Amino acid sequence: MDFAFILIQLLNGLQYGLLLFLVASGLTLIFGIMGIINLAHGSFYMVGAYLAWSLSSMTGSLTTAILLGIPLTVILGMGLERLLFRHLYQRDHLYQVLLTYGLILVFEELRSVIWGDDVHGVAVPALLGYSIPLTENLSYPVYRLAISGVCLLLAAGLYFLIQKTRLGMMIRAGASNREMVQSLGIDIKLIYTLVFALGIALAAFAGMINAPLSSVFPNMGSQVLIICFVVVVIGGIGSVKGAMAASLMIGLAETFGQVLVPEVAGMIVYVLMAIVLVWRPEGLFKRA
Amino acid sequence: MKKNIPGGFDRREFLKGSAAIAGATAVGTLAPFGLARAQGAKLRVGLMLPYTGTYTPLGVAITNGFKLAVEERGGKLGGREIEYFVVDDESNPAKAPENTNKLIQRDKVDVLIGTVHSGVAMGMAKIVRETGILWINPNAGADEVTGPLCAPNIFRTSFSNWQTTHALGKVLKAKGHKTAVFITWKYAAGEQMMQGFKEGFEKEGGKLVKELYTPFPQVEFQALLTEIANIKPDAVVAFFAGGGAAKFLKDYQAAGLKGKIPLYGSGFLTDGVLDAVGDAAEGVETTLHYADGLDVKKDRAFRLAYAKTYKLQPDVYAVQGYDAGQLLATGLDAVKGDISKKADMIKAMEAARIDSPRGQWTLSKAHNPVQDMYLRKVVGKENKVQGVAWKALADPARGCKA
Repeated sequence: MDFAFILIQLLNGLQYGLLLFLVASGLTLIFGIMGIINLAHGSFYMVGAYLAWSLSSMTGSLTTAILLGIPLTVILGMGLERLLFRHLYQRDHLYQVLLTYGLILVFEELRSVIWGDDVHGVAVPALLGYSIPLTENLSYPVYRLAISGVCLLLAAGLYFLIQKTRLGMMIRAGASNREMVQSLGIDIKLIYTLVFALGIALAAFAGMINAPLSSVFPNMGSQVLIICFVVVVIGGIGSVKGAMAASLMIGLAETFGQVLVPEVAGMIVYVLMAIVLVWRPEGLFKRA
Repeated sequence: MKKNIPGGFDRREFLKGSAAIAGATAVGTLAPFGLARAQGAKLRVGLMLPYTGTYTPLGVAITNGFKLAVEERGGKLGGREIEYFVVDDESNPAKAPENTNKLIQRDKVDVLIGTVHSGVAMGMAKIVRETGILWINPNAGADEVTGPLCAPNIFRTSFSNWQTTHALGKVLKAKGHKTAVFITWKYAAGEQMMQGFKEGFEKEGGKLVKELYTPFPQVEFQALLTEIANIKPDAVVAFFAGGGAAKFLKDYQAAGLKGKIPLYGSGFLTDGVLDAVGDAAEGVETTLHYADGLDVKKDRAFRLAYAKTYKLQPDVYAVQGYDAGQLLATGLDAVKGDISKKADMIKAMEAARIDSPRGQWTLSKAHNPVQDMYLRKVVGKENKVQGVAWKALADPARGCKA
């Protein structure tokens, strides 16, 4: 194994890690900060991917599809919060699990009715549709690098929103004591609606931007759901920084695991999680 | 936080409920008692297939194919009308015993048809072996079904995993490839296809330099593609299916490997995904027991009839379902619909030469098709037939003692 090979695998690992952060970012917000267990996170990811496919085949452009898709999913998120989730904030986590599990089934069925059960591909935007040669027979798709850039921007934006803005302060305050924030005259209901919608939109956005890489197929959400929870748990519940660190760790561990110890590659992430939890039961970064 | 128990459930309601259940059970056990199932009665066929989840299209295609075979015989097999009992197995191995029993015990089916998912099929095999009911498996390729688990009452009209890649060894040799890398998901089907290829390739003097696995059903291939580029084999052989196959084909192209290291695979790599992958699959060669553009008279008739009936183009799964119907018809014709003469029926089925859209095939001793494996090449949106990669390929049926 030569040096260039290790460098390329390092790039693969980091790039995969950033992709994981993108997919898990919505969950970090909803589960990590609002404390709602949203098993349907994967379903919103799937909805995003299918929206990207159907809108881009209608309009002929993935960019247009994403620009149209984001407001749609924000509206979907706000509607669901108003209709369903709002009533469960005060309840036990079990109710949230039941509701969101139900939503998985509903979304799968709706997907089957509206879009069918076939596998679909989404074209990479022409501007990014080429590859950079790395070695004599390996090249790197520019679209992957572009997604990595988007992930970094998104991470910075989320961090800034939650740690540095007034809205972020209210969100954090609301997460630790809802009643107190409300009695200070802040419209906590509105804030929760917004944050929830943002979380849903992030999940769907991940699905949309990832659609050209992953293809669009039934049950695609269930594949990302577990790994998203692992990211949030390893990173420390409620920490954007932690989610980023955890994503990169998992990305590198999976990549090198597959290359160096292929027999147990499937377990590595979970072993990693177990080790982190023994070492730091609250995850890498405790909530600030 | 308050924990509510939704809806009270007092003792009186509980007693009422139990009484109702007891009553229902009594009726349920008594009713079939008086009904002797005469020869003139309808033949009860149980379809246990996936009608929800990822494999829904496969379940539907198999059902369509089977029913088409019955309709072509005037809705009767061996002179008896057919009554269908349908169970959605959800491709869930954990529910396989329960679902199989539903059809055998509750619906008292005479014949069991199913299924797609190999894990579910393994669950079915156990019960089928215990009860001795006639079972025709129209897809699930687990080698074990016609290997260690084989039995006189177990038939398969599709393929064994081993079969789908074994002929590739010859193909690669003919193209002058001496080294190859096999890449697949780490689960039973992937490993069996790897084994089938390895045996075929090594027999021809080729060398399988590396087996690459990614955990099922993960679809992040970048690390392994980098490794392929590093190893630089003469050829890459792959098995993935559905969404995973689409992603692999696109990633292979995006990594710049397409055109540098030729890609081959089990036919499932390029079946049902060609619309999704654009030109990423163009030129990929695979082996399978069915292809587009076969010069088989039966195939042209079948495709026409299928398209007319269902307003859909048939695929390999529809063919397998259709042949399940044909195989059952052969058995029932031999005993004039009297399924109680099971031994005679099995004998007739074993001797059958099925005139299939894929070309004629017979059954091996372990009841798996002995069939031609076609070499296919992706041209546009079709898996165009290039020729026969292996004439009458038989699964070795290792571990079958029946």
